[in-house]
Amino acid sequence: MFQEINNMRKIEYRVAVREAMTEEMRKDPTLYLMAYDIGPYGGEFRTSTGMYEEFGPRRVQDAPICEQGEVGVAIGAAITGCKAIVEIPFMDFIPMCMDQICNQAAKFLYTFGGKQGVPIVIRTAMGGYIRAGEQHSQCFENWFVHVPGLKVVVPSTPYDVKGLLKTAINDPDPVVFVEHKYMYPMKGEVPEEEYTLPFGVADIKKSGSDITVIATSYMVHLCLSVAAKLEKEGISVEVIDPRTLVPLDEEKILESVKKTGKVVIVHEAVERGGWGGEMSAIIADKAFAYLDAPVKRLGARNTPIPFPKVLEETILPTQARIEEMIRSIL
Amino acid sequence: METYKDPISNLDQNTAHQLYDTMLKIRFFETRESEILPVEQEGFAHTYLGEEAIATGVCAALNKEDFITSTHRGHGHVIAKGGDMRRMMAELYGKVTGYCKGKSGSLHIADFDLGILGANGIVGAGVPMAVGAAYSSVLRKTNQVSVAFFGDGALNQGCVHEAMVMASVWELPVIFAVEVNHWQCGVRAEWVYRPEVYIDLKVRGQGYGIHSVTLDGNDVVAVYQAAKEAVERARAGGGPTALFCYTYRMDGHFVGDIDYRPAEELDEWKKKDPIDNFERRLLAAKYMTASDIEEFKNEVHGLVEEAIDFGRKSPVPGPEVALEDVYVNL
Repeated sequence: MFQEINNMRKIEYRVAVREAMTEEMRKDPTLYLMAYDIGPYGGEFRTSTGMYEEFGPRRVQDAPICEQGEVGVAIGAAITGCKAIVEIPFMDFIPMCMDQICNQAAKFLYTFGGKQGVPIVIRTAMGGYIRAGEQHSQCFENWFVHVPGLKVVVPSTPYDVKGLLKTAINDPDPVVFVEHKYMYPMKGEVPEEEYTLPFGVADIKKSGSDITVIATSYMVHLCLSVAAKLEKEGISVEVIDPRTLVPLDEEKILESVKKTGKVVIVHEAVERGGWGGEMSAIIADKAFAYLDAPVKRLGARNTPIPFPKVLEETILPTQARIEEMIRSIL
Repeated sequence: METYKDPISNLDQNTAHQLYDTMLKIRFFETRESEILPVEQEGFAHTYLGEEAIATGVCAALNKEDFITSTHRGHGHVIAKGGDMRRMMAELYGKVTGYCKGKSGSLHIADFDLGILGANGIVGAGVPMAVGAAYSSVLRKTNQVSVAFFGDGALNQGCVHEAMVMASVWELPVIFAVEVNHWQCGVRAEWVYRPEVYIDLKVRGQGYGIHSVTLDGNDVVAVYQAAKEAVERARAGGGPTALFCYTYRMDGHFVGDIDYRPAEELDEWKKKDPIDNFERRLLAAKYMTASDIEEFKNEVHGLVEEAIDFGRKSPVPGPEVALEDVYVNL
């Protein structure tokens, strides 16, 4: 699909986010966007520049700083004929609204016996590498993987973020859409034409034959750099990006593991309790006979995230640590 | 405390009969449910006994298209909004004909088709959703009004504060119907409020710049009149209203709760029983005779017994029902 489209241009990840929202808001007058800093300011990370001017204050609604209430309001709007996107600028603030996401949005359809879903998208930005410290660097995508009723999207490129956000907006279920702060200025090829990407379809970012590396979000880029380096030594690394953690493309992941027999899972969230554990359980269960080495996983160390570079790099995954992990099972 | 003086003369006889009928339905439903639950049903229930006038008076001022959010003490709201007692009882019996296919029980009984956006197991959680439904009415230009029912216990929840802030600043068509019932679980309200605040809680609403009224929540006519004014204000674009309706939770926190309230307190509130009081006024105004009252009671008794019968005889859900309705599509 990627290659078939001709009119490619390079745009930033944040622009891809904005284009997805803008295109969908032009089509659907009941779709609105809410957060603080979303209006004239243009979004905490400049993902909504110009949207307030185009759609006005009701549809690009600056909100008080009350994340829980914002999500609750979005749910109320979404079950009564609107669609809502709520931006929680830093994922570290998402614990403020866990009740509304996990107890309300995730349960509504079940409680109503299938009568009404909750078409909301909670957009949020996770991740470190920006020297922001303990409360502005965390990755909590795992928490939502654990809650039935939610979908979890973790896109790694401008192309993916745009196509998946458009799908999220039109999805009838609540979606936790996890962007990455460090990637907002990153550029990538995105077609001029409108397109969407389906949930539950993993993408092989680089094919290879010696080892499978499963990674999401910014980790994909670190893994691709490591893969490029190892390629020069004749080590062929396959980098696969699930893109959505719920639903998960088990088939494509298992296919890759069966091909290479070795697997490293990389996520930026702390290792303990991370989705890497879930992934390794799936692999151990369904591809055990194909494995030539233990399933390895690499996440941030089990500490808060410190702010200075030297300490942050001690804690978060780095190319060096990824490379070391790959080499340990080659 | 502000009250509406002798407003029964403002009611037409038909409306008076409807109010009485609804209060009886709630009273008899809850009384029978308290008897049945320990013997025939599983789970928990929180009854609305003693607070009937609030749901009844408020919902009588609404149209079918208007929205409400309910609470863990929600049976009364559902009946007042026109819910089917048979499907309610079936849900309490965990039967597939129940409002939630028998999956969710007392805490979640709601009829989405009647604009009831959920009862709720989380105290206060429905309030931002009601604000969201009001936001949706504005965005969709429908003139629908939302009501959030909640108690004086919930009034201290963060999300309720957040919801009131947003309703106020965005001037949304929402009514906060606060059931000031003097107990939050096993905690006396005066232990968690300063007495000078608790005695007249409209100061809380006024703090948000919301038009606020304190009233006798056991006076169904006063509640109805106040709600009608609030609904008119909301529909005319005049923004939110908070109604602080003073009442008393005649039952424990839940069916089977231990007894921790002084007998004299219960006796005192028994004298202020909303149904007994309304009966006296109906007789005095010659809106009803003693035999009319008997007739109403007999009929409602019959309906409640029919609902119980429906609940008992309905089929239990098959195991597949537990797996349904997690996602609209995955």
